[in-house]
Amino acid sequence: MGSQNQTVPFKGTNEQEVALKNVIAEHKDEKGALMPILQKAQDIYGYLPIEVQTMISDEMNIPLEKIYGITTFYSQFSLNPKGKHKISVCLGTACYVKGSGDIFSKFSEKLGIENGGCTPDGKFSLDACRCIGACGLAPVLTVDDEVYGRLTVDDVDDILAKYA
Amino acid sequence: MYRSHVLVCGGTGCTSSGSQEIINTLQAEIDKNGLSEEVSIVQTGCHGLCALGPIMIIYPEASFYSMVKVEDIEEIVKEHLLKGRIVKRLLYNETVTDEGSVLSLNETAFYKKQNRIALRNCGVINPENIDEYIATRGYEALGKVLTEMSPDDVIKCILDSGLRGRGGGGFPTGRKWQLAKDLVKGGQKYVCCNADEGDPGAFMDRSVLEGDPHVVFEAMAIAGYAIGADQGYIYVRAEYPIAVDRLKIALAQAREYGLLGKNIFGTDFCFDIELRLGAGAFVCGEETALMTSIEGNRGEPRPRPPFPAEQGLFQKPTILNNVETYANVPQIILNGAQWFASMGTEKSKGTKVFALGGKINNTGLVEIPMGTTLRTVIDEIGGGIPNGKKFKAAQTGGPSGGCIPAEHFDIEIDYDNLISIGSMMGSGGLIVMDEDNCMVDIAKFFLEFTVDESCGKCTPCRIGTKRMLEILDKITKGQGTLADIDKLEELCYYIKENSLCGLGQTAPNPVLSTLRYFKDEYLAHVVDKKCPAGVCKSLLSYNIDPAKCKGCTLCARVCPNGAISGTVKEPHVISQELCVKCGACMEKCKFGAISKK
Repeated sequence: MGSQNQTVPFKGTNEQEVALKNVIAEHKDEKGALMPILQKAQDIYGYLPIEVQTMISDEMNIPLEKIYGITTFYSQFSLNPKGKHKISVCLGTACYVKGSGDIFSKFSEKLGIENGGCTPDGKFSLDACRCIGACGLAPVLTVDDEVYGRLTVDDVDDILAKYA
Repeated sequence: MYRSHVLVCGGTGCTSSGSQEIINTLQAEIDKNGLSEEVSIVQTGCHGLCALGPIMIIYPEASFYSMVKVEDIEEIVKEHLLKGRIVKRLLYNETVTDEGSVLSLNETAFYKKQNRIALRNCGVINPENIDEYIATRGYEALGKVLTEMSPDDVIKCILDSGLRGRGGGGFPTGRKWQLAKDLVKGGQKYVCCNADEGDPGAFMDRSVLEGDPHVVFEAMAIAGYAIGADQGYIYVRAEYPIAVDRLKIALAQAREYGLLGKNIFGTDFCFDIELRLGAGAFVCGEETALMTSIEGNRGEPRPRPPFPAEQGLFQKPTILNNVETYANVPQIILNGAQWFASMGTEKSKGTKVFALGGKINNTGLVEIPMGTTLRTVIDEIGGGIPNGKKFKAAQTGGPSGGCIPAEHFDIEIDYDNLISIGSMMGSGGLIVMDEDNCMVDIAKFFLEFTVDESCGKCTPCRIGTKRMLEILDKITKGQGTLADIDKLEELCYYIKENSLCGLGQTAPNPVLSTLRYFKDEYLAHVVDKKCPAGVCKSLLSYNIDPAKCKGCTLCARVCPNGAISGTVKEPHVISQELCVKCGACMEKCKFGAISKK
């Protein structure tokens, strides 16, 4: 839940803005609507830059600091864009005792990025994720929506090669 | 009517092993062989034996095919479905005896001692078809409650059954409902379902949601009737996309059938449910934090009292139960409180689902009567520890729980017994560790988790756990002192007593229980500067056995730091000053000449 600084300039389109406004209009009057709206906004833009948070703040008449407080609280909200391929290595207990920590380190070393980082070419981002519930296949990781299970550190190169 | 049904598991575990591709290939083969009128494919929820996925069961024979590959499908269709000859070679080997006869699944070691109540329908019905749930007596309990029972009857039944919260706390469910009904009379009330299963290594709630979503709706409606609520919320982890999809499908079907909505079963009772997705914060599994999050805020816990039964969601009386607790409710209503209370131990009734994981052969989900011994779970049901390694500890309760060492291998698992030995039931993750796991490292792993997930609202948890982690880090780096161990323990008690919510109050448990049972490992790190399990990198040294080294030079070439020297065909040597302990040399050595200590 650390602080996140915005490094990439915001490039939102008109279509995205219209989609966001529709979502807000649709949910505005529901109780506790902010979370679902933020989740849908992240679906639309891929992340939640301060510009998007400001738009939500203006439309919903909620102070920006409250919205910022929420986006930085939950780990699923990202203030920075993710890579073209999102690698998430499960560091849940079942995976950890079977060596997923080493697998994570190998990715980190190979890609030259830390947890939460994105490669300079925008190709890969790396996250240590919480248990995805596929403990039977431990250790596991996901690349985008694809799950890879029963891994060893030797599989890292092959997985990266698939997406290169 | 179909003469044969092929059940293919579509839970997260099997989907990850490629079960969707299996289904596609299977359908194509069935069509190709002209069997589409005779054979039906059913995509079910989890069977529990995730380690053997993808899993396929063919009825009426109940043949259990495990680790099915796309290449095998043609043979299974041609032999089994077309000619009626079971392909024994591809069956789960435990179901085939030495003499070659085929056993039923319930006779195998994994299933024999299980008693599936909460998981009753998982792996049996198609969760995306409400008719299949209804066919297994689904929504019958809701009908019975609405037409034959008063709210007080319902609460009494749940109280008498002895059902306790399966999310970890173990609070009597009936008591919770009673409070919500009686503390505030009338007015708006809410029923919430905690499906924010954040304990790493626990996935029983996910399996119920994926395999039997309607059971949760039915139980929530029953709870709504009991306390006088007309609105329910399910707070589900966004990390469970399949579960979220199935819930959405099931919700639409239940509304279409009039089983949720207005005037259910023609009575005055109205009840509807809304889904809310979490956004990745472990603390939201805590009841007050979960409600704060549904309200659209940072998921921070609030002080209790007032308890949710009085002032919960949107300041209204609210009950919150977890998925597995709800999954038991319709069965209790249908079979009676006595039936449920006849299972389990004196103070823990019924069954509990455990997610077996870590160093165990049969990883997966098991549902056992309360009071089953740890030995039975690990050795018999779990099939023991792989590679002939020695059992060191079982971890239950996730980051709030503790480790159970070998000396308590015969403990009967229930709420109170686990607490008495310094662990807790938790939501049911059971991670097995063997001699290769370092307990100090495991304690550090859990503290890293808690530090990362602490919401920051109260000081003992926010700063205290950070200090604990720093001490553990020192110890694993070989810089710890005996005074550090004392300070660590002192901090544990301080944080336990002074934190605001359950997350902080239980955060020290992994350290306390490893200190209690594995103090020798802490001492080895601090006094001898050694990690007995060979995990903590700073305390390891890699060495080459000159008798085994052939001088192939491979290790010297992969070493990233030039720490290995030697001439061709002569034994090589690792310079301890230059070694960065990456282990690359040991991985590459073909002669097993390199060891770490």
